[in-house]
Amino acid sequence: MTATTTPELLSYEDALATYDPVMGLEVHVELGTKTKMFCGCSTELKQDANSQTCPTCLGLPGALPVVNETGVESAVKIGLALNCSIAEWCRFARKNYFYPDMPKNFQTSQYDEPIAFDGYLDVQLEDGEVFRVEIERAHMEEDTGKSTHVGGATGRIHGAQHSLLDYNRAGIPLIEIVTKPIVGAGERAPEVAKAYVAELREVIRALGVSEARMEQGQMRCDVNLSLMPKGSEKFGTRSETKNVNSLRSVERAARFEIQRHAAVLSSGGSIVQETRHFHEDEGTTTSGRVKEEAEDYRYFPEPDLVPVAPPREWVEQLRAGLPELPLAQRNRLIAEWGISAHDMQSIRNAGAIAPIVATIEAGADAASARKWWMGELARSANEQGVDLAALPITPVQVARVSELVAKGDLNDKLARQVIDGVLKGEGTPDEVVDKRGLKVVSDEGALSAAVDEAIAGNAGIVAKIQSGKVAAAGALVGAVMKATRGQADAARVKELILEKLGVSEG
Amino acid sequence: MPGITREEVAHLARLARLELKPEELDHFAGQLDDIIGAVARVSEVADQDVPPTSHPLPLTNVMRADEVRPSLTPEQALSGAPAQEQQRFKVPQILGEE
Ligand SMILES: [Zn+2]
Repeated sequence: MTATTTPELLSYEDALATYDPVMGLEVHVELGTKTKMFCGCSTELKQDANSQTCPTCLGLPGALPVVNETGVESAVKIGLALNCSIAEWCRFARKNYFYPDMPKNFQTSQYDEPIAFDGYLDVQLEDGEVFRVEIERAHMEEDTGKSTHVGGATGRIHGAQHSLLDYNRAGIPLIEIVTKPIVGAGERAPEVAKAYVAELREVIRALGVSEARMEQGQMRCDVNLSLMPKGSEKFGTRSETKNVNSLRSVERAARFEIQRHAAVLSSGGSIVQETRHFHEDEGTTTSGRVKEEAEDYRYFPEPDLVPVAPPREWVEQLRAGLPELPLAQRNRLIAEWGISAHDMQSIRNAGAIAPIVATIEAGADAASARKWWMGELARSANEQGVDLAALPITPVQVARVSELVAKGDLNDKLARQVIDGVLKGEGTPDEVVDKRGLKVVSDEGALSAAVDEAIAGNAGIVAKIQSGKVAAAGALVGAVMKATRGQADAARVKELILEKLGVSEG
Repeated sequence: MPGITREEVAHLARLARLELKPEELDHFAGQLDDIIGAVARVSEVADQDVPPTSHPLPLTNVMRADEVRPSLTPEQALSGAPAQEQQRFKVPQILGEE
């Protein structure tokens, strides 16, 4: 058999008709601590290569590591949020491997004594269905350095290639979260994988332990996947697709591997246990290295660190201090705001939950906070291809716009112009109102004159209204709004028109 | 005490990216056997009631506050590097990686 660059695929439907997928997801989260896991070097990641290193994270002889307290605290918080048991006593271990991304020649990790184990996370799919993902463990470890491979990309001359290492990232605290095998998701397996990573990311952010920005490598996912014939309970051989770094890619990688495995298995072949690389552009995976066995890492307890034994009172204190978790928050908000699960899913997908909540906290009512963030602002973020949170407007400013509308100082049309001004950097909402001269015409005399003018110039419409077609008043309101350059209060205009014509609503 | 085989030595050498000649495999197999035999004598002294330990001191939770300490300068960090380029450690390309 010859190796091909584009593997054979079975159609997704055919694959699922014959096989059940089994997934295991390993997620690495870079903690947002100020310093590295075992030394006081900053985690700021300056561009200046090798400017954040010390004898400990360079693995120089005689240097002694000391555990970062905040790193342990973050690990316990994550464990608790994932409904895990917290170890009463656990140790770090050396994971030995020969690769220059760790200058020590080993990575300090945890092996058979993780700090958190046996938990679960309820994840919500697009249609609102909740799927429980069991958590095997969450353990503490450290990130590796960054390598750049130089030379010999073509015309490989033996010995001409080399790598350049920057150890600024080496030693930054990582938490690795490993699921138990996810079975029973069937055709929704890729969707479950994506939903799990999304839910986990929200949990991590709610805990405030990391910003978990996947595009910046602060959160990375490995997708382990195998197939077993339908009805079987014996897992097949798995592949491990490494460093899948966006929610969409997690779903695509799982889907691709299901189709690839199915093609190999149904043609009588067998799956090689190996790591694979995901290619963002094509949505495909290619073979990496054949997986080393765990024993090849020659794990042993780290003799330079003493065990971590989180005191029970401290663990309970952290448990009591956990914030409301995202799924519970969404369910509460659905009830409080009186919206559907589907609406909530749209708000969630737009990344608008936090801004809306903050806008309500700043004094806006829920409906208007939702309206601005999901309307005008979502459109603007979409046009610019940025997150809502990245827009140059704060929840407090949105609340102020909403307040001006509620007071009758602005109508919706003017409010949109105010928001536009804030987004364009013209200042706060009040400054934009002043500079652009945006104010609802509340001078009754001027408004009354404009209404009179509209009535005088639209005899046909007036006749309609007077014959009982109150809805026709809309056209007159439009005329008045036009005459006042949109600065009138439409509701008040309508009142005046009906009043002057002696017609009552409904 | 089962002996260390030359296959095991060859495997360990591969993990450590060491190139060993056939006669060296036998040589090191014997040496590793002696070392492991010597260490194994500890378990003759330690009875069932002595738990395995990884640290001589009965300490737990030795931690430091999450406060930044000064790092080395890049020049200091690289001062022991056999080769460097672009303010980075320069190492041979590792075989077996694409
Ligand atoms: Zn350091």
